[in-house]
Amino acid sequence: MNRLGLVFLSVICLVWSKPSLAKLEIVITEGVNTARPIAIVPFKYNGTAKLPFNFSEIVAADLMRSGKFSPIKVEDMPQLPNTDGDVDYSSWVSSGVEAILVGTIEDENLDRFTVKFELIDVLRGQITGGTVQALKNGRLVETKDHIMFERKVIIATSQFRYYGHRISDIVYEQLTGERGAFLTKVAYITIAYDDVYPYKLVVADYDGANEIELVKSPEPLMSPSWSPDGKKLAYVTFENSRSQVYIQDIYTGKRELLTSYDGINGAPKWSPDGKSLALVLSKDGNPELYLLQLSNKRLTRLTNNRAIDTEPSWSPDGQFVIFSSERGGKAQLYSVDLATKRVKRLTFDGDMNLGGSLTPDGKHLVMVNRTRGNYHIAKTELESGNFQVLTKTRLDESPSIAPNGSMIIYSTMHGSGQVLALVSIDGRFKARLPASKGQVKSPAWSPFLN
Amino acid sequence: MQFSAITKALLIAVPALVLTACGATSDSSEGKSQTTNTEAEQAQTEGLDTQTGVVEVETLEVAKTPEELQQDAFDALRQQQTIYFDYDKSTVDSEFVALLEAHADYLTKNPAAKVMIEGHCDERGTPEYNIALGERRAKAIVQYLQSLGVSAEQMTTVSYGEEKPVDLSRTDAGFSKNRRAVLVY
Repeated sequence: MNRLGLVFLSVICLVWSKPSLAKLEIVITEGVNTARPIAIVPFKYNGTAKLPFNFSEIVAADLMRSGKFSPIKVEDMPQLPNTDGDVDYSSWVSSGVEAILVGTIEDENLDRFTVKFELIDVLRGQITGGTVQALKNGRLVETKDHIMFERKVIIATSQFRYYGHRISDIVYEQLTGERGAFLTKVAYITIAYDDVYPYKLVVADYDGANEIELVKSPEPLMSPSWSPDGKKLAYVTFENSRSQVYIQDIYTGKRELLTSYDGINGAPKWSPDGKSLALVLSKDGNPELYLLQLSNKRLTRLTNNRAIDTEPSWSPDGQFVIFSSERGGKAQLYSVDLATKRVKRLTFDGDMNLGGSLTPDGKHLVMVNRTRGNYHIAKTELESGNFQVLTKTRLDESPSIAPNGSMIIYSTMHGSGQVLALVSIDGRFKARLPASKGQVKSPAWSPFLN
Repeated sequence: MQFSAITKALLIAVPALVLTACGATSDSSEGKSQTTNTEAEQAQTEGLDTQTGVVEVETLEVAKTPEELQQDAFDALRQQQTIYFDYDKSTVDSEFVALLEAHADYLTKNPAAKVMIEGHCDERGTPEYNIALGERRAKAIVQYLQSLGVSAEQMTTVSYGEEKPVDLSRTDAGFSKNRRAVLVY
């Protein structure tokens, strides 16, 4: 009866796919002057059907949020060209932009729009005057090598936002040589203590759009972790007065209980191959790292130490697990080699280091550093040992790295509330994502979703 | 013995309380400051009015045995269910010894009783590390109660880490209220 009651309770406290009006806005606090100027010209629309919005708004916002670009205002543009042929290169010289994105949208029929766009290298265009002759198959032909990228697609109204981020990805990759992370999502926990269900697990596009409350609970929710295919989340609940690790399909809402041992069931982290989870259980006495094979639910213990071991995260190659441990006194970061079980200490800076994870290239270790009582996000370059504190906000925690390694999202204090914030991996760009209501914490950046 | 210090304190404190109570009763029977009387005292006065009003009856407190006095003290202490911890620490401070002795007394005398011990932390440090620290606090209480004879079967623990603060101010005073273990029956 009691058990049945608990099951019932856990069913009613879950509500899936309820859209919320809250949206994460962005306030850039540092780094605008180091960003590269670029012009995202409003796309010209030929048609009668109502457009959901112009791509240029989405693309400009994305590039601005990347911290690497500073899109100039429309009123500061010398002209508003729509194709390469319209561009008066000499007029763009003084604007200082290195590239221009131009495009057109045409209303085809029944919710179909043709979108054409070109990314133009301003300096090259100025040098060649828009055309240059080159030898091709032994013949002299005209080329337009100042056009870095051009494309024509047909999309539906419902695909506008998606395709806007897709264009941003293309522009970003063309100009930086690095894959864009604009088609990604972020999972996080919101807390509004006055609500009937104060704790919510929320997923939104990386820019805060399309926010969906996946789980609502009267008890805490913690530690969301994405499956590498971006379709599932592992997380921790306390709905039955104990900690439990669940995985949930974000599209179907199907939920599976993974562990419910006595003591801690916490800090799940999906392996890069998606086949297992690293997590923390204290069923054998104190918090230790375990691997849980998802196919057969077999547990393998990774650590064995009387001190606290927690916060596992995977190396990108899946061969090491980074973790926090008090085995040397105050908490520091260690790695365990899954093949040999050999443990190595990784951090030595400050009083304490927690919540470590490696950048996708495996070269930097990102962590929460405590120095003189202050908690900040920091990184260490593994090869050189160069240590850098990246943030100067208060009570910073839960850093999660974008799948392209360009940016870290973390939680911090602003005023009296907990909010999410962004810092670029080089520490130059900093921004805050003010919450519309309550506290926001434990962000987890999704893998690439395209 | 471990109880002797509290017993001594109670032998002094409890009779003192009884004396103050007696003082209040005699005040009201003399008809002074009626408006400031408590409800209980008013009821007593009304009771007197319905009688003939000629005779007043007083009773004497039955003197309590030291065991009874201790039980009263334990019952009172058991109303307190929160033990606070120092920053980053999970050791039981001496000021909470009496409180834990009171709970141990109840649990050993009522072997069917169960208690859940919640471990909590302040909001500094990462959520996952604080879950581990909160568990260590809850377990420190379990060990202390076990040393006082409470059976391990009567106790369960849950760590909420920094997820359920009682004070949201993020000041030092707020942090110290959040670093706690709570006994929940």
